[in-house]
Amino acid sequence: MKGSEIIIESLKAAGVDVVFGLPGGMVIPLYDALFDSDMRHILVRHEQGAAHMADGYARATGKTGVCIATSGPGATNLVTGIANAYMDSTPMVAITGQARSDLIGTDAFQEADITGITEPVVKHSYLIKDTKDIPRVFKEAFYIASTGRPGPVLIDIPSDMQLADIDYKPAGRINLPGYKPTLKGNRKQIKAAAQAIAAASKPVFYAGGGVITAGAEKELLALARLMKIPVTTTLMGLGSFPENNDLSLGMLGMHGTGYANYAVTHCDLLIGVGARFDDRVTGKIDTFARHAKKIHIDMDPAEISKNVAIDVPIVGDARDVLAGILQELKKMKREPKKTAAWLEQVIAWKKKHPLHYKDEKGAIMPQFVIEEINRVTKSDAILCTDVGQHQMWSCLFYTHVKPRHFVSSGGLGTMGFGFPASIGAKVGRPEKTVIDVAGDGSFQMNIQELATAVCNDIPVIVCILNNGYLGMVRQWQELFWNKRYSETAISCQPDFAAVAEAYGALGMTITDKNDVGDAIRTAIKAKRPAVLDFRVKAEENVFPMVPAGKSIDEMIGGHKS
Amino acid sequence: MKHTLSVMVENKPGVLARIAGLFSRRGFNIDSLAVGVTENPDVSRMTITVNAAEHPIEQVTKQLHKLINVIKITDLDPDNTVARELALIKVKSDARSRGEVMQIAEIFRAKILDVSRKTMTIEITGTAEKIEALELLLKPNVAEIVRTGRIAIERGEK
Repeated sequence: MKGSEIIIESLKAAGVDVVFGLPGGMVIPLYDALFDSDMRHILVRHEQGAAHMADGYARATGKTGVCIATSGPGATNLVTGIANAYMDSTPMVAITGQARSDLIGTDAFQEADITGITEPVVKHSYLIKDTKDIPRVFKEAFYIASTGRPGPVLIDIPSDMQLADIDYKPAGRINLPGYKPTLKGNRKQIKAAAQAIAAASKPVFYAGGGVITAGAEKELLALARLMKIPVTTTLMGLGSFPENNDLSLGMLGMHGTGYANYAVTHCDLLIGVGARFDDRVTGKIDTFARHAKKIHIDMDPAEISKNVAIDVPIVGDARDVLAGILQELKKMKREPKKTAAWLEQVIAWKKKHPLHYKDEKGAIMPQFVIEEINRVTKSDAILCTDVGQHQMWSCLFYTHVKPRHFVSSGGLGTMGFGFPASIGAKVGRPEKTVIDVAGDGSFQMNIQELATAVCNDIPVIVCILNNGYLGMVRQWQELFWNKRYSETAISCQPDFAAVAEAYGALGMTITDKNDVGDAIRTAIKAKRPAVLDFRVKAEENVFPMVPAGKSIDEMIGGHKS
Repeated sequence: MKHTLSVMVENKPGVLARIAGLFSRRGFNIDSLAVGVTENPDVSRMTITVNAAEHPIEQVTKQLHKLINVIKITDLDPDNTVARELALIKVKSDARSRGEVMQIAEIFRAKILDVSRKTMTIEITGTAEKIEALELLLKPNVAEIVRTGRIAIERGEK
């Protein structure tokens, strides 16, 4: 069997039924084998799109996403997507072609040292040097990508390795002496955490993407309910706790809700679960949750006490650990109303500092568009975003109730992520309404994937919050740079609806507030790719906001006056 | 504070690059690094000396552990470790000074490896301090020095 056919067999053995990619010289053998297989291939228009699609697919389904690119520029075009998956711990396997093995190191045509280039942004990588290693490498790659703290794994395959004809032997048992993720939490630590929770009168859960990765949302909900503990989530954790629950505080951090930031600042116990105390969450690090004892539950031991000193560290799978804590607490004597005063305080903060924006006559407010998406889809869509103001409004003004329904670039902050990610999400969850909220700036970073959506009949809906600016940078310039809008005005832009139509998608331009809901409904009914160009108020800011380097309770803006 | 990390890794291509990359990425400067295979040909041992405080060394150790090819890391306790490095020192020396250099070498239990008309090459094994002491004595006449970096092993039974 040829190496290329062994690759397809290995993908099937890993349970893969769809891949995202673009052919090129050094993967012709692989694509030739793909031609005869029943593997679904989504042909993209730029390799970056393939990586983000694999990422979006993985986030929406929990399965490992796969992307394919050729050597050299094909491979380097994947780099942003791989880095993005790494920062947000997405399980992904990226397959790249490579120059013939005897040419490696000679600056051959389209040769790039992609294992070297991606080294800082992969969980692991392989360069295949013997065709018979293919089954083992693929088995290991999928195992590494999807277990422990997930992440991208790159497999670089020289063209001659794809061509060599050998006897196919499926991979044996995995033997990785240096890779043994800790799944079960230490029982002693679990007991200590339960005791700390029982003793706390002002506890707060701080839930991150790890809760979703572990599928621990039921355990989190049960614990929060049992002990009456309010829950705030990170951007990556949106959907890990239903925001329509009274105990929800929404998102915390730089653009978090006032009540979440006040609760974290004043709590006496902070329970971090699958979150990594990122600087966008903590603000000024020395004052973050300064009165609180801290429990940190994480899969990755390197995250414990990395940024903030932790009192009760627990390494393990969030689901296992939360279930363990729940069990312990059920055995213990509990004061039923211990957190009552604290919850009253939280309610007071919610009343005093609600999320808020000022309506402006005649304008479409960007926040209103998000609220309309929320109403029309009944909070049940998979919402994808790019990065910037529209992303923060999507975090704040949509009601996130289910895990794997919010797909957004958190750690790397990749503009151009949302649209291809939404295509990947829709491929993985075709029964869902998938909406990509984009900015007029970020949408143009991967606009070419309109062809992918149209040609593969993947009906995603792009809602552009078009304000004619690179809005988040403009906001910083307005607030901190004396309104010097250096290179952020991008009102010279295409007619997005016409561009969409030119690609064969549905295009609409919406300039009246009263048409917002109808436009979304029309797009959903059309069942084909659609681009809705909402002309929103140009110089609107995302509030509240914690200025860089400030404590998270030092928010500006967003006060109801 | 100086730490000596003993890192057991799978003997596979690219491992050194991954480890070196991780140190620089996380803002650490490697003082010395020595690599060689162990009693098990599939496993190499890297002895890395690095200057860092306790918290950052813990962080870099945890990050190292995340590399798939890293099997085991030990932050060696200096009181319970024997450590050596080796240096080759080429000294300018002609017939007149040869005897003096040989005497110094003898005091340090160093070996003369090579003698030419105008130079002598000395091999010395020992702690970094010992090597530096010899270097200091020979200094005005030193032409070249090559050092291996420290290798270290824990005392007693495994």
